[in-house]
Amino acid sequence: MLFTSYGFIAFLAVLFVLYYLIPKRFQWLLLLAADIVFYACAGWKGLCFMAATVVVSWAATNLMGASLAKQKSFLKSDEGKTLERAERKAYKKQCEKHRKVIFVLALVADLGILAALKYTNFLITNVNALFSADIAAVDWVLPLGISFYTFQTVSYVIDVYWEKVEPEKNILRVALFTSFFPLLIQGPISRFGDLKDTLFAEHKADFKQISFGLQRILWGYFKKLVIADRLLAAVTALCGDPLTYTGAYVFIGAVLYAAELYADFTGGIDITIGVAQVLGIKVKENFIRPYFSRNIAEYWRRWHISMGTWFKDYIFYPLSVAPWLLKLSKSARKKISDGFGRKLSVYVSTIVTWFLTGLWHGAAWNFVVWGLLNAFFILLAEEFKPVSQRFRAKHERLVSGFGYRVFETLRTFLLMCSLRVLDCYRDVAVSFRALGTVFTDFNWGEVFSGALLQLGLTSADYLIAAVGVVIMFAVSCIQEKHGSVREVLWEKPVLCYAVFFVLAVAVLTFGAYGVGYDATQFIYNQF
Amino acid sequence: MSKKSNKKLHIICLAVFTVLLCAAVWLLGRITEPKYMSGVLEGAMTQEYYNEENSHDVIFVGDCEVYENFSPVTMWEEHGITSYIRGSAQQLIWQSYYLLEEVFERESPKVVVYNVQSMKYDAPQSEAYNRMTLDGMPLSKHKLDAIKASMTENEDMISYLIPFLRYHSRWSELTDEDFEYAFRRDSVTIAGYLMRADVEPMTKLPTAPVLDDYTIGDTCWEYLDKMQKLCDANGATLILIKSPSLWPHWYDQWDEQISDYAAEHGLDYINLLDVSDDIGIDMQTDTYDAGLHLNIYGAEKLSRYFADILAGRYGVPDRSEDETIAADWENKCNAYYELLAAQNAELEEYGYLKSWTLGDEK
Repeated sequence: MLFTSYGFIAFLAVLFVLYYLIPKRFQWLLLLAADIVFYACAGWKGLCFMAATVVVSWAATNLMGASLAKQKSFLKSDEGKTLERAERKAYKKQCEKHRKVIFVLALVADLGILAALKYTNFLITNVNALFSADIAAVDWVLPLGISFYTFQTVSYVIDVYWEKVEPEKNILRVALFTSFFPLLIQGPISRFGDLKDTLFAEHKADFKQISFGLQRILWGYFKKLVIADRLLAAVTALCGDPLTYTGAYVFIGAVLYAAELYADFTGGIDITIGVAQVLGIKVKENFIRPYFSRNIAEYWRRWHISMGTWFKDYIFYPLSVAPWLLKLSKSARKKISDGFGRKLSVYVSTIVTWFLTGLWHGAAWNFVVWGLLNAFFILLAEEFKPVSQRFRAKHERLVSGFGYRVFETLRTFLLMCSLRVLDCYRDVAVSFRALGTVFTDFNWGEVFSGALLQLGLTSADYLIAAVGVVIMFAVSCIQEKHGSVREVLWEKPVLCYAVFFVLAVAVLTFGAYGVGYDATQFIYNQF
Repeated sequence: MSKKSNKKLHIICLAVFTVLLCAAVWLLGRITEPKYMSGVLEGAMTQEYYNEENSHDVIFVGDCEVYENFSPVTMWEEHGITSYIRGSAQQLIWQSYYLLEEVFERESPKVVVYNVQSMKYDAPQSEAYNRMTLDGMPLSKHKLDAIKASMTENEDMISYLIPFLRYHSRWSELTDEDFEYAFRRDSVTIAGYLMRADVEPMTKLPTAPVLDDYTIGDTCWEYLDKMQKLCDANGATLILIKSPSLWPHWYDQWDEQISDYAAEHGLDYINLLDVSDDIGIDMQTDTYDAGLHLNIYGAEKLSRYFADILAGRYGVPDRSEDETIAADWENKCNAYYELLAAQNAELEEYGYLKSWTLGDEK
């Protein structure tokens, strides 16, 4: 069920009404039923895989919880009695080992399903290429949102193992956490600790929250239907024919894709958070105006935040303090240099984290290279930090000025656009070749002599998309300065409803939906 | 402003917002929906029926082979027969059925004439043609059933109910016509007959392609059954005809199946192709598109012939003595001859019909 389909809107309308009509203690159960309906629309096979993930995670977390409780209660009851300190330590270690086995098995099972379904063909392709083998590709179903719900569940299992959250005893609640439908398509990848209180709580209808939720949904549809799906035709045309569209076309394609992807992804997240808000459920923000970032590290703190923090918390940090890496680091400090050894663990962790981030985005080398390039530029910025700091100290007036800020923002934006070319063309060699032509083919004159109108968009389409982008930019500026636009508008009801009336009419009139437009899934749903 | 009064204001604003949004969607729907007042006129035909003030003794249903080939005005002039053609482009049998259901709710025709050409289609075909037939129907159970039966894979019911959801993308191609006809329409037919006074002789009959399967589909038979039951229940006689258009080809295999069905169900089936010579149709002068459709001269010949059958064999009454009806038909006749004169004038001036076609010079 596409977020942009009439079916989804009808589904939401029925759900919203029922949600506030039924006794509040059943609300979370209704949500679970809604999840099942939503998910089943994408195919019952996917539902089976998700059910397996739920059962494994529920069983593992409860076994780990039971083991921990048993350990604590035994040691407490034995305090100062029969066991020696060493025996108590050994008992504790034995329990920890037991939990570790369960933990590893759960991770293998949860991640194994994801790996098998998403990466088998990638593996086969590479094995075939490396060994000139002829292994046939598999035709396995890739369940809807598998990367998102698996990461969400894995974070829950890890958090229970790390004793950051208590295991949930009710399997249906674990199922709801795993399958909460607004988050399934493209996140945010939420943590059990953040979501449980709001997800399972009883909610009474709050006029302001419901209004805010609906307004956010509308804003999401504006971004998705008016901007993203309108630009889609041009981006598809430009990326689909890299031999014809070189030079300036590549540059324009990358910029258009930046606008499309941002409108698509943030639009989807707006719908997600809006739906949750109407249901009284608070979901964490996933974007904080990333295109205003002044460097790549800041960009990744603002873009797809839940994914970034997931990799940081569950890959980067554990890896950077892993005993083997610390040992390696120590050895490097002795054998090579102190500076190198000190940085080694961070460098290795960064590279591994970004390698996996790339792989998470897609089972293809272009994503892997994209991830590694992000790591490269982040580490490069880190290396040049002293130079940058010296420059800043020397030219304090210049760097604090508006012009320099714009320069840094533009630089970061263009760098991210360049890296994203790998996502546009989905082929490493083609991407680099295309990017190279930006500096060799100066065909700007051709581009602006009507060629842009051959890409499936009319001048009216470009105008609408441009106005949409300007509105999106203006809203971002207001948010950056004043915080929530809805909060500002809420104090002026007439203006508030006038604004949303215009927005609703704009979505209905200029939205790329219905017959004649191919219903498009959100881009991040592919990942 | 206090919190309470702010909430009150919000509720009032929300109510106004909702009303205004509904009004905007309705208004924009009126503006953006295609008007079919020039070029492709067929889309405006369905809704014209609802402007009819008097009832009809004969109702035709079917595709272009009825609304281009029969002239109700001629039948009126010949035998005082009151008839109406509820035809539309590529009208499928289930659409004919639901249009008939609607007809029987509004009036009690004595004879229903169904052109069987559309029975070659057993499944929904094209959104564009669906729209031309269905958009003009007022909201009713018949319309909903017709939409359900007609929708192709990519269509959805809601955009038939709220046309703006379908036509919103026309915002960039709106013309003066869209604003001029947002709340009214001119008539494009005379009692459902779409006149064409131009001539394009048939030069060569295209070779009929060999089909994999000549079996008429189950859905068609199902709706033909329903159509007969509907007519029976309303005391009307159902006549099956095959209009004398030479192309697309009407296969003997299809003809045989229809004949067998008619014989089995006690229906009359008249294949007018077999009597083209008796009717006097000359495809050098009586067609405007090389044999697909008749022009007014062919339609008048066919209508005279068929009016004789209706009056003679089926006893359709002569209503010319009824003053109200006669006055109505006098207006129709006047409109008919005015239209013919206008088309002839354009033919003389341009050599083709500029205002009644997409402007393609033949």
